[in-house]
Amino acid sequence: MTDLATEGALASPARAIEAAQSVWSLRWRRFRHHRAGIASLAILALLVLFCLSAYPLERYLNLDSNATDLLSRYDPPSATHWLGTDEGGRDELLRLMYGGQISLLVGLLATVIGGGIGVSLGLVAGYFGGRLDSFLMRLTDGVIALPLLPLLIVLAALDLTKLGFSSEFAHSGAAGFWRIVVIIALVDWTAIARLVRAATLSVKERDYILAARASGAGALYVMATHVLPNIVTPIIVALTLTVGRVILFESVLSFLGFGIVPPTPSWGNMLNNAQELVTTAPALAIYPGLLIFITVIAVNFLGDGMQHAFDPRSERR
Amino acid sequence: MNALLSIENVSVSFAQRKRLFGGPRASLRAVDDVSAEIGEGETLALVGESGSGKTTLGHVVAGLRKPSAGRVRLRGAELGAANRALAGRAIQIVFQDPFSALDPRMPVSDIIAEPLRIQGAASKAERRARAAALVEEVGLPVDALNRYPHEFSGGQRQRIAIARALAPAPQLIVADEPLSALDVSIQSQILNLFRDIQKRERLSYLFISHDLGVVEHLADRVAVLYLGRIIELARREDIFAHPAHPYTRALLDSMPRIGKGRHRKRAIKGEMPSPLAPPSACVFHPRCPLVQDICRTLAPRFEPLAARPSHLAACHFKE
Amino acid sequence: MLAFTLRRMGQTLVVLLVMSFIIYGLIGLMPGDPIDIMAASMPGVTPEVVAKLRAIYGLDQPLMLRYWRWLMAALQGDLGFSRTHSQPVLEVLMPALWQTCKLMISSFVLSVIAALILGVVSALRPGGFVDSFVSLFAFAGISVPVFWLALVLILTFAVALHWLPASGMTNVGDGGFMDQVRHLTLPVLTLMLANTGQFTRYVRAAMIETLRMDFVRTAWAKGAGAWRVVIVHALRNALIPVVTIMALSFGTLFSGALVTETMFAQQGMGKMIYDSILSNDFNLALSGLLFATLITLLSNLAADLAYGWLDPRIALK
Repeated sequence: MTDLATEGALASPARAIEAAQSVWSLRWRRFRHHRAGIASLAILALLVLFCLSAYPLERYLNLDSNATDLLSRYDPPSATHWLGTDEGGRDELLRLMYGGQISLLVGLLATVIGGGIGVSLGLVAGYFGGRLDSFLMRLTDGVIALPLLPLLIVLAALDLTKLGFSSEFAHSGAAGFWRIVVIIALVDWTAIARLVRAATLSVKERDYILAARASGAGALYVMATHVLPNIVTPIIVALTLTVGRVILFESVLSFLGFGIVPPTPSWGNMLNNAQELVTTAPALAIYPGLLIFITVIAVNFLGDGMQHAFDPRSERR
Repeated sequence: MNALLSIENVSVSFAQRKRLFGGPRASLRAVDDVSAEIGEGETLALVGESGSGKTTLGHVVAGLRKPSAGRVRLRGAELGAANRALAGRAIQIVFQDPFSALDPRMPVSDIIAEPLRIQGAASKAERRARAAALVEEVGLPVDALNRYPHEFSGGQRQRIAIARALAPAPQLIVADEPLSALDVSIQSQILNLFRDIQKRERLSYLFISHDLGVVEHLADRVAVLYLGRIIELARREDIFAHPAHPYTRALLDSMPRIGKGRHRKRAIKGEMPSPLAPPSACVFHPRCPLVQDICRTLAPRFEPLAARPSHLAACHFKE
Repeated sequence: MLAFTLRRMGQTLVVLLVMSFIIYGLIGLMPGDPIDIMAASMPGVTPEVVAKLRAIYGLDQPLMLRYWRWLMAALQGDLGFSRTHSQPVLEVLMPALWQTCKLMISSFVLSVIAALILGVVSALRPGGFVDSFVSLFAFAGISVPVFWLALVLILTFAVALHWLPASGMTNVGDGGFMDQVRHLTLPVLTLMLANTGQFTRYVRAAMIETLRMDFVRTAWAKGAGAWRVVIVHALRNALIPVVTIMALSFGTLFSGALVTETMFAQQGMGKMIYDSILSNDFNLALSGLLFATLITLLSNLAADLAYGWLDPRIALK
């Protein structure tokens, strides 16, 4: 490879943008060969569509998904209630759709916040090293070692008024929603933090970073301009897998009664009275769990597919 | 000589891993009490084997590492946290590995203009214009600006790295083995580029190399580094014609010359000792062909030769 | 090695101490307060009496002081009195601990065995039919909400087929060994299915890695029998990291146990913690959480030490 040979190959200026895109188009091409990944992407798109069609369907069927009707509890499927009604006589299908919105939203938000915590801590630990690194990594090890679910239950049971929030806020639906998002984010950042730290360590001694530092670049500039863009790939994969885990956490907390508080539906709290459902309306015990299951397995296959597509070594298998 | 940069008694030690149960911390002296000056428009070559501390010293000059002792002055002003911006403009660095030197996610125009961006010295348009001018100055086609590093060969990448170093119009460039990762055919091109730029911009170089052959074409003066210490420092002609230190002589002897081949008559015996436990007295004595008792007991002073006051060496038997 | 052991034990102790303080603080933030609850059960108490009670129990003291007192008492084996059980906490805790151990250990052992078989079989021909099938199963295990899996198993084996009891630990008036086994079957099956997925992925990855190594190839080349190569050479080497990572997932296993015990009404640690938080039994919740943390920390410690003993190549930092 000589200078002349490559210089001759540099022809059109438009190729520059192509080059930047080519990495991603190459990955897309590799991802498309991962059948489970493609199927998962399609399923997830359908699931989102399903959840978002709640409001139009509600108008179309002329129903109110929150109105309880004790005379029509556990009705079988009919023309108006396509999947029947639940223990409050509410339309099961609509509640599945609305519940899905909540569950998916919690999954995304908690992942974004927890991912933010993990990325920041991992970057700081990896970039600065030394005592700060040891401290942060001991903290991470400590959190990993904890039995998360019991801890989450305690956090979910905390009395927000004792933390200085107004009683009005503490018992509002919004507080219930954000509490779940925040506490899951607070415990589920460790995997990302470790990953980002390791990736940062592998990048931070590269010469282009030294060159920037020699020009007087500060730590913040280097992390934002050079470190993050170069480690974004594994972060995306890890975040995808986190979404699945968070959805599972939300569902189990809501199921145990410590999560999203009824009447707001979530896939987890729709199984709140599972013991009753098992005998009276077994189908209702199946739907929400099945949706969680499908969502999480699709998310996990999607992450697997991306990992496959992003990792040049995975070609060999 | 009007000194642009002066290195004054600089030492760098690395603390080794702490022992489990107390015990003294071993420390590694990568650079040990080094002093040197670089004049305006001058090239000082820093020559040594790997492990001699030459890269560490280069990093100190470029502001990438704080010296454990001593100081670096630029036109008399001590470099440190207080004037980082000044040093960032005035001193730039070019690295050995052109593949690690450029951020793969940045287009070339951004890479070249990065020092200006960091220093907040120019508007976006000005930075682009400067990058365009520099691309031509280092001999790359203008359309290189919008490309990404992976599209370029090693030599071209090194040109990009040089353009980046030139962006803030520095006074000194630290070139850390800038040729040794390149094909031989490309080396001379890049070497010529360094020379042309120096002529045009009146730059000074701290040129780090393990290869005396490269140094012969570029350096004004040469400093030979061994185990973190400068053992000989002289004008280029003097080093090549009358080397005073047996180590320098051995380096010269092991250099391939056209017509002579590589004759290893006085090749250095043994390996470089670990800098963790440097030999006592004269650090070169375990490998020295001229070794005497005094070398094992008394460290030679680093001082001028009687014949040439500009020629310094640290040896009891300097010729 | 000794120094490493001592230091890891020291670290574990520090984490436990820190966690005990955090949990102590968190429990104090839970809704209600022991004196209010006590006062509610005594009609006609005046605020003065309540204040006096507070002083007697030391609840007007600062948090650090209360924690210190609790810690000193706990170190002497006094974990306080359970309000709901009207018994010393330790006497409630011990049977629950035993019940949880039965559940966790049996499902752990069964998952490891299943994972070893599935992982090895799928690693023999990566990408083959068996591998794809096992992968799907493993992903399902990772993605399924444990409480819903339990629900489905109850619906199938207890409600529809009447093969096994749906809840409880023994039948009234029975309690023999076989009776206990029958009651444990579904909980153990649930927990096992949920864990086997992740474990299988570990085994598969480690086996593929070792089967690629030179010494295994040499064994093939020397003409060693196929099963001998797989079992003696590859599996033995793959086992070390696998067992370690499995032991490290004990925390997750505990989270699963909490859900399972709640679903099947098993009086184990998980259900005890859950009930005690629901019913404001502060002493019991605190001790339960700490024991859960202790169990996870100890299993992590054991895994670390075992790893050090088993693999002399590991440089112990």
